[in-house]
Amino acid sequence: MPIEFKHKPGIVAYLTAGDPDLATTRDIALVAIDNGADVIELGVPFSDPLADGPVIQRASERAVARGTRLSDVLALAKELRAARPACGLVLFSYLNPVVRMGMRQFCAAAKEAGADGVLLTDMIVEEAGEYLAEMKTNDLAPIFLAAPTSPDARLKAIGAASKGFVYAISRVGITGTQDKVASDAPQLVARLREFTSLPIAVGFGISNAEHVKAVGEFADAAIIGSALVALIEKTAPEAAAKAVGEFIKGLRAG
Amino acid sequence: MATMVSPVEVAAEVKGRFGAYGGRYVPETLMAALEELEQAYDVAQTDPAFHAELDGLLHHYCGRPTPLYFAKRMTEQLGGAQIYLKREDLLHTGAHKINNALGQGLLAKRMGKQRIIAETGAGQHGVATATVCALLGLDCVIYMGEEDMRRQELNVYRMRLLGAEVRGVNSGSATLKDAINEAMRDWVTNVRTTYYILGSALGAHPYPTMVRNFHRVISIEARRQFLEEVGKLPDAVVACVGGGSNAIGAFYEFLPDASVRLIGVEAGGRGTALGEHAARFQKVGGGLPGVLQGTYSYVLQNDAGQVSSTHSVSAGLDYASVGPEHANLHDTGRAEYVSCSDTDALKATVALSRTEGILPALESAHAVAEAMRIAPLLGKDRIIMINLSGRGDKDMGILARELDLKGAGPATPKGSL
Repeated sequence: MPIEFKHKPGIVAYLTAGDPDLATTRDIALVAIDNGADVIELGVPFSDPLADGPVIQRASERAVARGTRLSDVLALAKELRAARPACGLVLFSYLNPVVRMGMRQFCAAAKEAGADGVLLTDMIVEEAGEYLAEMKTNDLAPIFLAAPTSPDARLKAIGAASKGFVYAISRVGITGTQDKVASDAPQLVARLREFTSLPIAVGFGISNAEHVKAVGEFADAAIIGSALVALIEKTAPEAAAKAVGEFIKGLRAG
Repeated sequence: MATMVSPVEVAAEVKGRFGAYGGRYVPETLMAALEELEQAYDVAQTDPAFHAELDGLLHHYCGRPTPLYFAKRMTEQLGGAQIYLKREDLLHTGAHKINNALGQGLLAKRMGKQRIIAETGAGQHGVATATVCALLGLDCVIYMGEEDMRRQELNVYRMRLLGAEVRGVNSGSATLKDAINEAMRDWVTNVRTTYYILGSALGAHPYPTMVRNFHRVISIEARRQFLEEVGKLPDAVVACVGGGSNAIGAFYEFLPDASVRLIGVEAGGRGTALGEHAARFQKVGGGLPGVLQGTYSYVLQNDAGQVSSTHSVSAGLDYASVGPEHANLHDTGRAEYVSCSDTDALKATVALSRTEGILPALESAHAVAEAMRIAPLLGKDRIIMINLSGRGDKDMGILARELDLKGAGPATPKGSL
């Protein structure tokens, strides 16, 4: 089904699947949806998350240490889809676990699990031939990242290859929270609009209601990652879902 | 005409493939920098002034050409093929790494990048990069796994003395792979001002091609030296393979010479179980094609696609993946890849030291060990070239411990020679 941002701005919630454990990730995702997250990005933990800052690195390390596998994340996606038929569901992974499973098998399994889209952190449009073909076969949305450093020719190609939404990286750097929405972000979103009519979601460093409001001025959705993962890290597992629910609700208070 | 660039059109332009391997698998933020680098490299490569400066420094500053040395006593003791050493250990800073660090340093300077970052495993690439930064007046930050900082402590001191900042990395197994992750995070963050001098024939295009080309000088010289000084080509070229930069440099000009066997030696570590070695190409070891740190190549990984930790007595070979060009040479069968245990590398270190008075780096000792294994199986008219990629002074701490050098007598490694 198409990814839809019912709110303005929409909220995309990133969770590292399996941190602290898969059952808790499920509970957190459900509460996040019920409190206003339009799209859940289910992160597949990876041993070498080189685009991520310390918060998501640690979450990834914990989830890998618990033995969380891509197949577990697909099963979790299926549970979420069954429980919340209308929410947006995106699988977020580094490439290697997908390569290990097989691109064709992965895309079919993602479809079967009920995912709407896929984002592969280290997949650029030039290398995406097989990936795009499989995504098309399975009627899934390939979501690509656009960076402040991407020249117009790349933004064009990214816009043309993406479906669902385009993920605009707010600043040059790795994931992690910061005080203000980066000044790179509005300009990048404006440049992207020249090449795509898809919704544009802004991520990296978005962590509070003020940021969400600021993003709403120029983009369609805000992506909350490290701030959520850090909250889960510091909260006892049994209290994590409730804390995340309140946090998501609070993001709309600005 | 539509002005949209379709992904398929862009795909047709992708370079940097070695058979199925290589490519570019990086966060989008780095793509502009990789394109800028590729363009600058392409221009430099055809600029005689760039080559004149590089060749001048390789000669006057680094000491090229390095000798091709006939290891007479080792040959006699082994009783088979003649052993020749390509003496990259005699280069300035003590290893082949300076060939590439200097080339990329000059390129960074041309591109107007003042800040240099690099990763290092054994510390040889870090030292080479710190040296080049001192020479060219550039700022230098080196990422190094904390485990590697412990076992290659002398190189950490050398880098600091040369003016580099050494940043310890304690994630994962705190070795080379983790140092590359951290260097890439730095690069993503500071990409507008920073040049990343990647130290092996790894990573996203254009690095594997560029690094190989800066090390091709090894086989260009060696091939000429064999023809001029020995009168014929060697029957085999043996080199250790971590990321594979010295090996690809030593192999490259011999690729069209079908009579020359090319043998890469991986770290067999202390066993065949995943995590106990860094032998990506050995059938039982858990190495399969995958994507790590920007390139598609063989990767040691579990069945869920998580990258494995590795072990080797030599920090420079202790890496879960391997350069993509080696992956292709492996699959096509043009090069053979074998492995050598920690123990055999230590024995080879002692053997070369005692027969020739040459202390090899533990990395290079893996190649020496393989040459020692095959030389007796070959006739005396056969010739083996070992690419002696580095010297072993940096390993004295490990050697003192492993070889019991603190006693009064000469060292004896575990097991007999």
